This record gives sequence, structure tokens and C-alpha cells, in this order.
Amino acid sequence: MSKVRRPDCVVIGGGPAGLAAALAASSAGLDDVLLIERDIELGGILPQCIHDGFGSIVFKETLTGPQYAQRYVDELARTNVEVMLETIVLDLAPDRRITAMNSRDGLVDIEPRSVILAMGCRERTRHQVLLPGYRPAGVITAGAAQRYINIEGLMPGGKVVILGSGDIGLIMARRFTLEGATVEGVYEILDHPGGLTRNIVQCLNDFEIPLHLSHTVTFIHGPGRVEGVTVAAVDRERLPVPGSERHIPCDTLMLSVGLIPENELSKRADLRLDPVTAGPLVDERMETSVDGIFACGNVVNVYDLVDYVTHSAEIAGRGAAERVLEGRPRKAPVTVVPGRNVKYVVPQLVRSFERDIDFYFRVEHPEKAVRMTVKAGGETLGRRKAKMVHPPEMAMIPASVPGGGSEGVRELVVEVAPDAE
Amino acid sequence: MRSSHEFTCINCPLSCPLELVEEDGRVLEVKGAECRLGEKYAEAEFTDPRRVVTTTVTVRNGTLPLLPVRSTEAIPRRLVREAVESLASIAVEAPVKEGQVILADLLGTGVDVVSSRDLNTLSGHK
Repeated sequence: MSKVRRPDCVVIGGGPAGLAAALAASSAGLDDVLLIERDIELGGILPQCIHDGFGSIVFKETLTGPQYAQRYVDELARTNVEVMLETIVLDLAPDRRITAMNSRDGLVDIEPRSVILAMGCRERTRHQVLLPGYRPAGVITAGAAQRYINIEGLMPGGKVVILGSGDIGLIMARRFTLEGATVEGVYEILDHPGGLTRNIVQCLNDFEIPLHLSHTVTFIHGPGRVEGVTVAAVDRERLPVPGSERHIPCDTLMLSVGLIPENELSKRADLRLDPVTAGPLVDERMETSVDGIFACGNVVNVYDLVDYVTHSAEIAGRGAAERVLEGRPRKAPVTVVPGRNVKYVVPQLVRSFERDIDFYFRVEHPEKAVRMTVKAGGETLGRRKAKMVHPPEMAMIPASVPGGGSEGVRELVVEVAPDAE
Repeated sequence: MRSSHEFTCINCPLSCPLELVEEDGRVLEVKGAECRLGEKYAEAEFTDPRRVVTTTVTVRNGTLPLLPVRSTEAIPRRLVREAVESLASIAVEAPVKEGQVILADLLGTGVDVVSSRDLNTLSGHK
């Protein structure tokens, strides 16, 4: 076994979060940053997201996924960050020890002074939404279909039914159509679409693909290959309405039913997880419950824009650099509590008010004309107004404490309320 | 003849339902927009809807079999299918740089199609 490496910082995952985190850690003064990626190249999921619409906040223009990744890959090449490709991290211990493996070096032991988790998220599959029926070939997630079509050049099917109206599903409805397949329709169990209006318009309406709200798939017909699905309308309890069943012949059922932060390593390292986001609890510099382990991007919660992923990663990168260069003991945290019409908030903890903090959150239900606030006791630390908020689109409030002192602050509350004016 | 057309604004989360009223192709009014962006959007969607085209082309000798490409600007929406079909028969040789023109003047629109990324040759990999 080779000798133990002791870099300043190890970033796990080379997607948008890992790229921005490694760059930020490096430019904040860390000389020895190691980025570990399991794929043959950097970029994470971006290389297969060939559509445009990325970067409107960070770059003030709309790029394709590969273009967005390329900017960071190019910038990283100008630093001394070391990149280990085709390397899998097998274990992360609470004392930050990493066990990784690849076919060149075999097992690699690393004892970094800081770790940034940037493993992203993974798709929910058929088994997480409990679809009855056979278990044939041809049931595929939207991201897997995207990989086949855009990277491998393979068509997963010719006649497609889509369950779920998340953005990737909508994007893939257009992609399947442009590549010559027929998309029979998109079925969404909720009474509102999961994806952005822009994608409903440009991916479905442009191609006359019907969207059936309050519908679900009740049976998958097989047995060898998908031969069709049964769909049905659902009632308010999301239960199928008897008599509304319809059989649709198809060879592919594509699922776009949500994403889950990927946290196997976080659990190995005993990080405290937030039951709502399914990601680790983080503080204002994206540090987790374990000293020296940071997390950013979709590991923490599933962001809807890559620009937000980049922001969170830059904070984590700077945080890791501070931790290594200054090494101050951590203060006890103040908890950030979701208030009225707030499902969850990131960060969930605040240890220091020395810098302004952006609180990202999701609302529980759509609401018009609102005032969004961050409060500590009676004091308002940040506020913003919005004409409209709804669950698929994250909201953000910048907040600050004049003077940066946090004495006496017990908890922070983020809430959304009707705008009185 | 006077008729009306419905659109959903894509500029912000409000997603205003828009109704555009026209007479013989001349826009008379846009109803339902909370702001000026919605009116402009409905007019553009009615008179000259445009979309950015993204697809892939074949790449020979590359680390991957496909190269993602994009139109540098939006082209008329009615040309999108034809644009993707015309790009399907194109094959390029690796290495390719991001921004490299893959097809100039897409369908006579004056808009170029460029590579979305660098793609190295298999032998140049690693």
C-alpha cells in the first residue's frame, strides 16, 4: 500500500459543485487541493444536459450544460488542483480519513485537513414510487434516458409514456421527440406541474405533447419488455379513481419522479442529516456537524438551478480554506427554523454573523404577493418581497447582523407571510 | 378577421396566462400580463417565436461517440425539427474545441451551430 497522503483539502465529486468548491478552496489560499471523481471526465451530470438555460445568474447568459462545465474545467486547468479521475471513494471516517480506489493505484489512504462533499444527487426510481405490475425492460429514469441518448447515442425506446413532470422529464420529452420517438403523454400525480413553465411551453406545448395532471400509472404491462401501461386519474388523496383507467400501448415508461441527495459517505462519516432535505445539516459556511467536513450542491438539498449549486460550493470552498488556514475552534450554532409557509431552509445552522448570509428555502405551497423575512427574536435580519412563490422554485433572502455580533440570538426564523402593503 | 390566442408567460414564476388579440395578423392588445415583459413575450410568440437548437452530432475518434452542439442564437421555431434532422447526418473528427463552428448558416438563418464542449481524441486522453 502506498504512503498516506495529507492534502489540505479533498473534494469528493467533480460535477458543478466539486469544480466550484475546488476552485474556491484553491483561490482562497490552499496549495494542496485534491479533487476525486469517479467518471472518466469532470463535469458530473452537466455533459449530458445538452439543452440551454444554465448560468443565467452566474454568467448572465444562458449556456448549455457542457458549456457551463467547460468554463470550470478550463479554469481548474489553470490552478494546481490535482484531479484524480476514475477513482471511487469507498469510505469517509468521522476523523476525515478517506479510503479511495482506482485501477492505477489500488487502494489509496488519504488524511486530509478538510473534506468537501460534492457527490450530487441521484434519481428516484420505480421502487421509490411503488409502481405495480411486471418488472420488464423499458422502465427507465429520465437521467438514464438522457445519458443513453446524449452521450452514448442509443435510443432507449420508440413509444414513450412519461410519469412525473420534473424538468428533466420535460426536457427528455422534447429530446425523445426530436430524435424520432413518439411521446404519448406526460402524467403527473399532483394537480400542478413539477417543472418550470418555460419547460412546459418549450418542451411539451411546442411539440403538442399532452400533460395530464392528477394522473398516475397504475400498472406496468410486461413481462419481457414494457408492452404498455395503465394510467388513471387520481382523487385528492392521490388514489386512483375507479373507472378512469386507460390502457396505453408503449415500449418505454420514463420516470421523472424526483431526486435524492446522495449521502452514503455522509452516513459513513456520522454526519447529522436533515430529515426534510435528506442532506447533511450545514452552517453558514457549509460546514457539517463534523468538524472539517463541508458539503455543497445537491448533496445538501436538491437545488433547482446549477447557479445556486455553484454559489453553495464557493462558500464551502472558502469555508474549508478558512478552517485549514485559521483553524479557529467552532462556536456553538444557532438553529434556523422554518416558519410560516417554509418547508426547509439552508443553511440550517449559523455559527457566525461576521458575513452576510444567503438563506435558501422552499415554500410549502404556492402563495401570491408575499413578504419573506429572516428574524432573530423581534429583530428582522433580512427581508425580500415576491409577487409569487411556489415549491418548485427556491427562494432566497440575504441577511446580515449589523456589527456581526450574535450574543443573545437563540434561534432564527425564516417565514413567508402575505404582504400587508 | 379578429381572433385571440392564448400563451403562458415564461419570464417569472407568476406564469401569467396571456391572451393576445389580433386582427389579420396585427396585434391589437395583450391581456393578462402583470408586467410589460409578458406583453412583449406574447407578441414575440405570436409574430416570430424563436428557439435555441441543441442536439448532438457524431464524432469520430473522440473519447465519446457524440458531440453536443448548439445554435449560437435562437432560430424560428418552425425550423427546429428540420435543423435537428439536418444535423443528424453530420460527423466531425476529434479533437474539437468548444465554440468551434460545426455548421455555418443553419438552414439559411445566418445562425451558426457550434460545439458545446472540448472533446479530445482517444489517444490524447489522459
